[in-house]
Amino acid sequence: MSELFNKVKQNLIWKSVFRRDYRNTVRDRAAAIFGNVFLHLHPVKVRESAVKLRYTWGMGGITFFAFIILTITGIVLMFYYHPTVSQAYEDMKDFEFQVPYGVITRNLHRWAAHFMVIVVMIHMFRVFMTGSYKAPRQFNWGIGVILLLLTLLLSFTGYLLPWDQLGYWAITVGTNMGAASPLVGYQGPFSEYLHITPYNDIRFALLGGATVGGNALLRSYIWHCVAIPLISIILMAVHFWRVRKDGGISKPQSN
Amino acid sequence: MNPFIKIVTQPDNIAIVIMIFMVTFFMAWAFLQAFRNDKLKASGQPVDGELDQDVDTYKPLVRIEMIIALVVVVALTVWSILVDAPLEEIANPTITPNPAKAPWYFLGLQELLVYFDPWLAGVVLPTLIIVGLIAIPYIDINPKGNGYYTFAERKYAILTFSFGFFILWLLLIVIGVFFRGPGWLWYWPWQEWDSHRVVFEPSRDLSAMVGVDSRSPGGFIIGAVVVLGYYLIGMLAPYRYWKKKAPEFLERMGMTRYIVTIFLFVTMMSIPIKMVLRLVFLVKYIWITPWFNV
Repeated sequence: MSELFNKVKQNLIWKSVFRRDYRNTVRDRAAAIFGNVFLHLHPVKVRESAVKLRYTWGMGGITFFAFIILTITGIVLMFYYHPTVSQAYEDMKDFEFQVPYGVITRNLHRWAAHFMVIVVMIHMFRVFMTGSYKAPRQFNWGIGVILLLLTLLLSFTGYLLPWDQLGYWAITVGTNMGAASPLVGYQGPFSEYLHITPYNDIRFALLGGATVGGNALLRSYIWHCVAIPLISIILMAVHFWRVRKDGGISKPQSN
Repeated sequence: MNPFIKIVTQPDNIAIVIMIFMVTFFMAWAFLQAFRNDKLKASGQPVDGELDQDVDTYKPLVRIEMIIALVVVVALTVWSILVDAPLEEIANPTITPNPAKAPWYFLGLQELLVYFDPWLAGVVLPTLIIVGLIAIPYIDINPKGNGYYTFAERKYAILTFSFGFFILWLLLIVIGVFFRGPGWLWYWPWQEWDSHRVVFEPSRDLSAMVGVDSRSPGGFIIGAVVVLGYYLIGMLAPYRYWKKKAPEFLERMGMTRYIVTIFLFVTMMSIPIKMVLRLVFLVKYIWITPWFNV
């Protein structure tokens, strides 16, 4: 058996994929990280606090992992979905009744979304309680707050897509808040001085119309599936990069 | 079915039940570690993590990430097998559900609509929450408690944040989800929702308490004095206090930082104050102007 294994490892194809043998030396343990495109997000060595569950609770990583689950299940959902008033709801029904594993895929997408919102809030709480936003990590805390906001907006824009009563009225209630914005919402203070009406205010810009309709559905769809994920991915890259540049997971300064 | 069980087991609300348990658990874990570290500090010992060395990423960290990922996948899969995501009737602009609720994480803000007009509850206050959160690292000049759980070294920061997070954000969400029914009226868990229920809630404006019509010039002036006076006193009183008791603290803070900090704090405290005014003294508006009402 081990002979066969050795033979496979000597094979040209195997060697082309894995580049080098792993011998559990200091050098190889380091190479396992920096020689791997996914793992080299990590430094070769980390503080012990980064490994202790009681310190970080793993919440930031879980948030990122939830994002990955949502991306995968979201792509599957996109294959079966048309963002139009006439088809969106029918597509959801089809997805549940005709597509193999449709129900569980949609369930996973929805529960992972709720889960991500919960986990990202707990992550923020942990970072606050350990004072990890203090120097030199002030800027990264700000990036994190924006990412928290984007998480909420991702969930919010996804709410409308099934085109059912729940999503429709939740979005109606939510975007009506926009109409109350000072200056730029038609019901908001001071907006009459700018000649703001229901047809040119911020709510109109969000919905692509004065009511929640086909344009609003398309806009939610594009914000949800393309624009906000894109912005989030860029900010996540900055967030993770800054975690490393600011010295990794925070730990007490020893005097 | 018991109305409480009915609302708690609604598919989307199971997430909020999970949130309540998770938040409670992690809150307890954070404060337990904080108190343990405070005890260690008090007895002159190093806090948790102070003597930590660096370790290899491969495998200690990679291993724990793998395990957590597996646990999360299993948990979400089980959740998805047991509970189906809701899909209601097709969207119908002519049938308004009662109550029409925003997604659960915005229900704290929707709950604020009981106490504030939409431009405040839905626009200004959420904006200030985001700005305030981003400002935290720049207004908290206490260098202690960086990299470990502690309570004693950062009492005021932690109490303020906890009040905002647990009470003003999470508790209001829980109220919005579980205690608000048709007409956004308060329903106890054992009460059946009734869309025909009408509650006579007398309310008045603040100046009416001293017998002045809130829409008259006199009422306008009273409202302006109360609102602006609240900010003025709220922002000046701590300054006077610290000037006397801890001038070096004010010195370290600087004027800009002091103004931003106190403005955010006074605004945050205006929320519970307005709630008490509304619930106990039945006050609807404090200040009525031709442009906006507070």
